[in-house]
Amino acid sequence: MIRYAWLIPLFPLAGVLINGLLGSKTRGAAGHLATLMAGLSFLVVLGISREMILGPGGSHTVAVWNWITAGKFSASLSFLIDPLSTIMLLVVTGVGFVIHLYSIGYMHGDPGYPRFFTYLNLFMVSMLLLVMGDNYLVMFVGWEGVGLCSYLLIGFWYEKKSASDAGKKAFIVNRIGDAGFLLGMFLIWSLTGSLAYGEVFKAELAAPAATAIGLLLFIGAMGKSAQIPLYVWLPDAMEGPTPVSALIHAATMVTAGVYMVARTSPIYVQGPAALEVVALVGALTAIFAASIGLVQNDIKRVLAYSTVSQLGFMFMALGVGAFASGIFHLMTHAFFKGLLFLGSGSVIHALHHAPADQQQDMRYMGGLRSKMPVTYGTFLIGAIAIAGVPPFAGFWSKDEILAGAFFSGHYLVWGLGTAAAFMTAFYMFRLIFMTFHGEMRVDHHAREHIHESPATMTVPLVILAVLSVVGGILPGFPPDAGWIHKFLAPSLAKAPAAHAAAGEGYRIVKAAAGAGEPGGGHGTVGIVLIALAIAVALGGIALAWRMYMRDTAAPGRLAARFPGLYRVLLNKYYVDEFYQACIVEPIYRLMRSLFNFDQRVVDGAVNGSSFLTVWTSRLSGLFDLRTVDGAVNGTASVLAFFAQLLKFIQSGMVQNYLFMMLLGVFLMVSAYLFR
Amino acid sequence: MELLFFYIFAAGIVGASLLMVTRANVIHAALSLVLAFLFMAGLFVLAGAEFLAGVQILVYAGGIMVLYLFSIMLMNVGVSIRLRQWHRQSVLALAAALLLAAEIWMVLGRGGYPEARRWPWKLGETPGNVEALGQVLYTKFLFPFEVASMLLLAAMIGAIVLAKRRITR
Amino acid sequence: MIPLTHFLALGAILFLIGAAGVLMRRNAIMILLSIELMLNSVNVTFVGFARQWADLTGQVFAIFIIAVAACEAAVGLAILISLNRDRQMVNVDEINLLKW
Repeated sequence: MIRYAWLIPLFPLAGVLINGLLGSKTRGAAGHLATLMAGLSFLVVLGISREMILGPGGSHTVAVWNWITAGKFSASLSFLIDPLSTIMLLVVTGVGFVIHLYSIGYMHGDPGYPRFFTYLNLFMVSMLLLVMGDNYLVMFVGWEGVGLCSYLLIGFWYEKKSASDAGKKAFIVNRIGDAGFLLGMFLIWSLTGSLAYGEVFKAELAAPAATAIGLLLFIGAMGKSAQIPLYVWLPDAMEGPTPVSALIHAATMVTAGVYMVARTSPIYVQGPAALEVVALVGALTAIFAASIGLVQNDIKRVLAYSTVSQLGFMFMALGVGAFASGIFHLMTHAFFKGLLFLGSGSVIHALHHAPADQQQDMRYMGGLRSKMPVTYGTFLIGAIAIAGVPPFAGFWSKDEILAGAFFSGHYLVWGLGTAAAFMTAFYMFRLIFMTFHGEMRVDHHAREHIHESPATMTVPLVILAVLSVVGGILPGFPPDAGWIHKFLAPSLAKAPAAHAAAGEGYRIVKAAAGAGEPGGGHGTVGIVLIALAIAVALGGIALAWRMYMRDTAAPGRLAARFPGLYRVLLNKYYVDEFYQACIVEPIYRLMRSLFNFDQRVVDGAVNGSSFLTVWTSRLSGLFDLRTVDGAVNGTASVLAFFAQLLKFIQSGMVQNYLFMMLLGVFLMVSAYLFR
Repeated sequence: MELLFFYIFAAGIVGASLLMVTRANVIHAALSLVLAFLFMAGLFVLAGAEFLAGVQILVYAGGIMVLYLFSIMLMNVGVSIRLRQWHRQSVLALAAALLLAAEIWMVLGRGGYPEARRWPWKLGETPGNVEALGQVLYTKFLFPFEVASMLLLAAMIGAIVLAKRRITR
Repeated sequence: MIPLTHFLALGAILFLIGAAGVLMRRNAIMILLSIELMLNSVNVTFVGFARQWADLTGQVFAIFIIAVAACEAAVGLAILISLNRDRQMVNVDEINLLKW
């Protein structure tokens, strides 16, 4: 089955072609066709996974086509099937299939229905290329492809200006990251002579080189996976349809950066300084985004910032050397974040009779749980999972990350992460209480129309809910030594030695932890950490309950007490405004001045040349006129002049004429005489 | 001897001609011309053209000049005498004529004519000039002779028509 | 024997006198008379040639010239007379309707 790996992207590609070219014919069936294609890919992936998991595993290369051979550079379109790519494939095709199914119900009746599924399948093709490629070039092709699809899908309802602007923003910010990715690729090739993973990871690189590569590639990851400072596109990306938000901006595309760093782990461990940067950026992003999510009122915005925050967690994991934990969290996050987004889509769908600006605003929701039990139930499961309450999925992966940070001596990272975890629990349950509990603040007209979503939408919710429950404990128990860690080990590098700043405290902790590496059990300290993590999660839930269920005036009072802080958080720390002023405006000004210059020079040249032409033509015309007329008139005037002189010969008197004759005779005789 | 007579006749002709062109009175001029014709007739006899001499006197002096005199008498001579006689271009014309005379003198100086021949008859002998002329005229030059008679007829008719007083009724 | 050139010279002189007369006189009759003189000078030349080469052709020509002169005199005078009916005296240099 592994030999047939090339089928995996082929099914969605077929879907793209059929729906893209014949969309007007397929119409309502477009969604079913696209979902079928996604499902077929998933089946192939299941087959491959069976072989990988039950069989000897290892890494297999399935070559498809020798793409470029130019001098010393060669790259081929071939796929790598190894544990890491297997996990990624399972997540992408599995969650992708579920979300395709969901979209059939959600996008029903939309005029661009076939176009939506064309783009969705195209996204699948690109994402699959990204995770299946066996060299950085194929990954980059997929990377750009998912960027394109993100743009297309965010701006799906392009008549709405905010949507098309958001699409542009996403693409442009991504491109900034891509510049770093490209530079990293150039560096890789120039130092190792190849772009294929196998050959690149065999090379031994000096620490500065490895660090440089790591940082450059991480810049790409910052753009794609929405870390500081290139995260600004993700909240705006919520303009797209909710399935898009679920699939692309929660489960798969944004995780591409995480995958890339994990895949490049052999290089990163050779340049540990880059890993430090990754961890720090991840931690800062986690807490920064979480703090913004505390006060947002749009349900999807909250989830968007939550995603940014959780991505920060994943990078934290990678940065501290817990590569497998990062991938594990990627997987569980796909389950519960996908679930949360789909659930919010269900809520928005139920409120579609409300005024447009109220459909997604949590201040106009409330008390929905009685009307939408399935949605509520699954949503609750997802919220508990993300909060990190055992035995649900999120606890296992998140706790591993925090423990990994602590035991490798990254205490600052651990502290920031724990605080972010507290905030995560808080804002998720704030969301739950505001949306599903309490008194109904929904617009009266819309109230009658609130109903549970159809089966095509609720079944995916249930599937993902189940995964959110068992998707953590089954692969990940015991922590750092579960099935998934053993499975992924061959693909990922071993964590580097603990960083130097750990110092004395680290040694004490390590001693207390007993003889164990960050990859194994940690003894008592480990159990304390686990307890702390659980306490943090429950504490966040409790605080949310108190502020939004019991003492509902409390948020208002708090906001009144700290109006400045509240405004800063509500306005996302004014980062967008800062970027607009410092980056976008100068570029616009430069563009305008260049445009003016071009206008003047070009127009000036054109007008000048035309003026010149007219002028010279006028000159030549004048000259021609004068010369021609002059010649003609001149001839006439010469003739006239001589006529004036000669007219006197015609006297009318015959004797004069006879005299002339005599003269003539005289001349003739002279001629005869003097010949 | 012949030469002497030639000079006499020549002088007479030239003198009479000069007289003619310079007279203000037209009658005097016409009469001078008649005198010139008479001298010319003598010259013709000298040159062996006796018939021509007779014709000259009969036709030219006696016919044509009489005609001239009749016409002159129909015009008012008295008036014409008092008017200016000479054309404005006279000086130029005279100069041109004199120049031409000089040139012709030069031409004549060149010479180079074929050898002279004598008449085959003597004066007074038969056949003389008249018979010979008649011989030639009615054989060799018959056609021009007839044409000349036609011409005379035409001229006669023409003159009558031209001079006729227009009849206005 | 009279040399030919004498006749020719005489004829030339007479011709030029006649030409001068034609060009210099204003009266129409005078012009006609001068023309007669010119014709006669030609007669003299022809007779000279006839005498030199004992060829009667010259004399025949002279006869024809006389005939033509007669015609021309008749017609010319007829014209003059008809002209003279309208005016006192015919001065040729007043007939200049074809003047520029």
